Amino acid sequence: MTRQQTAPASQRPHPAIARLKRQRRNKQRGLIAIALLFAFFVMGLPVLAIFARAFQEGLGIYWANIIHPETLHAIGLTVLTALIVLPINLVFGICAAWAITRYTFPGRRALITIIELPFSISPIVAGLCYLLIYGATGLVGEWLDTYDIQLMFNLIGIILVSLFVTCPFVARELIPLMEIKGRDEEEAALTLGANGWQTFRYITLPNIKWALLYGTILANARVMGEFGAVSVVSGNIRGETMTLPLQVQLLYDDYNATGAFAAATVLTLIALLTLIARSVIESAHPHHH
Amino acid sequence: MTLHVNDISKSYSNNPVLDQVQLTIEPGEFIALLGPSGSGKTTLLRIIAGLQFADSGSLWFDQIDMTAMQARERQFGMVFQNYALFEHMSVADNVAFGLKMRSGKTRPSKKEIAKRVTNLLEMAEISHLADRFPSQLSGGQRQRVALTRALAIEPRLLLLDEPFSALDTKVRKGLRKSLRDLQRNVGIAAILVTHDQEEALEMADRIAVMNDGRIEQFDTATNLLRNPATPFVADFLEGLSNYMTEGAGI
Amino acid sequence: MKKAPRHILPGFGLTLGISLFFVSLIILLPLSGLFWQMGQLGLSDYWRILSSERTLAAFHITLSAAAMATLFNASFGLLLAWVLVRYNFRGKRILDALIDLPFALPTAVAGIALVALYDKNGWMGTLLAQADLKVAYTWWGIALAMTFTSVPFGVRTVQPVMESLDLDAEEAAQTLGAKDFQIFRTIVFPQLWPSFITGASLAFARSLGEFGAVIFIAGNMPFKTEIASLLIMIRLEEYDYPAASAIAGSLLLLALLVLILANFAQMRASRHLKKGA
Repeated sequence: MTRQQTAPASQRPHPAIARLKRQRRNKQRGLIAIALLFAFFVMGLPVLAIFARAFQEGLGIYWANIIHPETLHAIGLTVLTALIVLPINLVFGICAAWAITRYTFPGRRALITIIELPFSISPIVAGLCYLLIYGATGLVGEWLDTYDIQLMFNLIGIILVSLFVTCPFVARELIPLMEIKGRDEEEAALTLGANGWQTFRYITLPNIKWALLYGTILANARVMGEFGAVSVVSGNIRGETMTLPLQVQLLYDDYNATGAFAAATVLTLIALLTLIARSVIESAHPHHH
Repeated sequence: MTLHVNDISKSYSNNPVLDQVQLTIEPGEFIALLGPSGSGKTTLLRIIAGLQFADSGSLWFDQIDMTAMQARERQFGMVFQNYALFEHMSVADNVAFGLKMRSGKTRPSKKEIAKRVTNLLEMAEISHLADRFPSQLSGGQRQRVALTRALAIEPRLLLLDEPFSALDTKVRKGLRKSLRDLQRNVGIAAILVTHDQEEALEMADRIAVMNDGRIEQFDTATNLLRNPATPFVADFLEGLSNYMTEGAGI
Repeated sequence: MKKAPRHILPGFGLTLGISLFFVSLIILLPLSGLFWQMGQLGLSDYWRILSSERTLAAFHITLSAAAMATLFNASFGLLLAWVLVRYNFRGKRILDALIDLPFALPTAVAGIALVALYDKNGWMGTLLAQADLKVAYTWWGIALAMTFTSVPFGVRTVQPVMESLDLDAEEAAQTLGAKDFQIFRTIVFPQLWPSFITGASLAFARSLGEFGAVIFIAGNMPFKTEIASLLIMIRLEEYDYPAASAIAGSLLLLALLVLILANFAQMRASRHLKKGA
């Protein structure tokens, strides 16, 4: 018991503990700094560069570039494509998720794999596939050609490849969510006299609406920004089949860099809005996607 | 090899969890920190382990100030509530872990490590589990492995954080005795955190009854039951007087 | 006796029908077009197309740059995920959102932005020129563009696993005498390993097929800075569909092979982790 007196009962924090905590904090700060620097150099700088280049000749020139008829047409075409592709994808995504999570059937796993396939296929390869099957000399295209139906090098081609590259987005958000939720609530609704549509409308839909929105926002960013696949099948007809990303390339190759960057700011803004929407949905509804 | 806990205080964002706690643990002694949840017993154990640090007060072991020493330097073996076994390692690798982590000269050779692991597994009577993975073990076996792993570093003190709470009642009773036997064989002091009065009374030489971040009374089971120092102690241990005769040490 | 309906919830036929119709028309039929075209080719055709020096060079450049991008993203992905999961700091939400920028930003826009930064007049370009380094229109430019587009894979695959890690195991390792780096190497990383492989393989597959972000900064010199996707595009514009298909087919199979191998490695690595859960 004599030893206890040698140990001072201090009321102040031990100086060595303060040193230890400081060391840990410094290490944390170092790692955080590296992460922020990485994000700034790899992701932040390119975005800043786009705006800097778009505005470098002044606001007037920027505006003139935006309202140039070709660029406006490209914006219109891009929005039109999104307006057609997204609803189709939404319907497909819901149907696929419903079939996959509500029933068991042979080939269920295969169907999931096939839906995810477009994620691992190069956009150029995807575009090529479409040319080979739906092009004028392609298997299906040749037959359609006899009826004077052309699918490639026009809006239809752009829509088809856009459907291809975005088809996993909605389904992929819904499947895990609906899997977890299970089918109890829906079965309960049926026993209470609801029909299939009512069950979906009043039971399923409220549960999945945030995931639907989330998937649609991501799909929208991809539709509006798709470049490789669209450039293969669009035919690149000036003022006609140029979506906004293609227009960016056209302007850039025409040595109108300022025009290209002006057009690019529109796409960048859409991308930034997408990120903000994603962040908001994620923090407000963390379990719904 | 005496542990002195001197006036340790700790609070989380102005909520005091430990309020000037004093405790002395003699060599070879088995003591229990007993109290309801939120009484600060786990925080105290973690501060002794070096996983957390006190706001004020000091910690002395074997006449050395350990207050600011990091957990990895203390050489205190700890058994966690859920055992915290390394799921991606076999039982043998779990037990060998502490020896493999040593640096430079203090690190035994591969052969030496293997030999020591074999001996430890034998002592704990789990040699047959050496090549299994934690996911293939029962609750009782997992506890055994966690204990053996903690003993492998030749600890100077054994810390046990609710080591029986993850087990069902049947298994518990038998394991209490074997844990106590093992501790006696190794001959090191041990601190057991528990909220189970029976467990504390049955296993510990001395019991520190904790409430609201303070130690209400620190004494043998018999004395606690016979002369409770505060109404809380009397209340907390009510109806357990049959342990008086059995007392510490099953 | 009437058989009970197999499914209680209605809509099986309708939803599965729509799904299969869509999947056939949009995914399976076009893919079969590629395989049909490839089937038209004899082995000697493949050999001729794929063994041409230009094709070999394109594959060599694509694979090596993709490997570089993957290496970079896998290691930084680990660091970013760690910082996002373990620490709280101002600007964390912005960092978290910014990680997904490469998915949200059109590849063509990323491409011209990188050129604007790294060509000889760009902010980074002038800086690097002082050190006699050149990124734009070189192999490094290709690797840079691939790195940019695959950043999210490295982070987002590892992040959820890191969030679910049991902190007790790390504390146990501490009490057993392990230093911080030893804990990371022996406790944390082995548990992240399966997701790490998945992330790396996804980043690699994505980099192999990347087109939009790369072509602006690559310079596109045959034999030097021409990637496989661009070569497919060039063959297409020459209406040389067989050559385009042969290269595209190889690229596709390569990407699928990487993903399948990674899947096996991942299953192998997680066999003990899964049973434990």
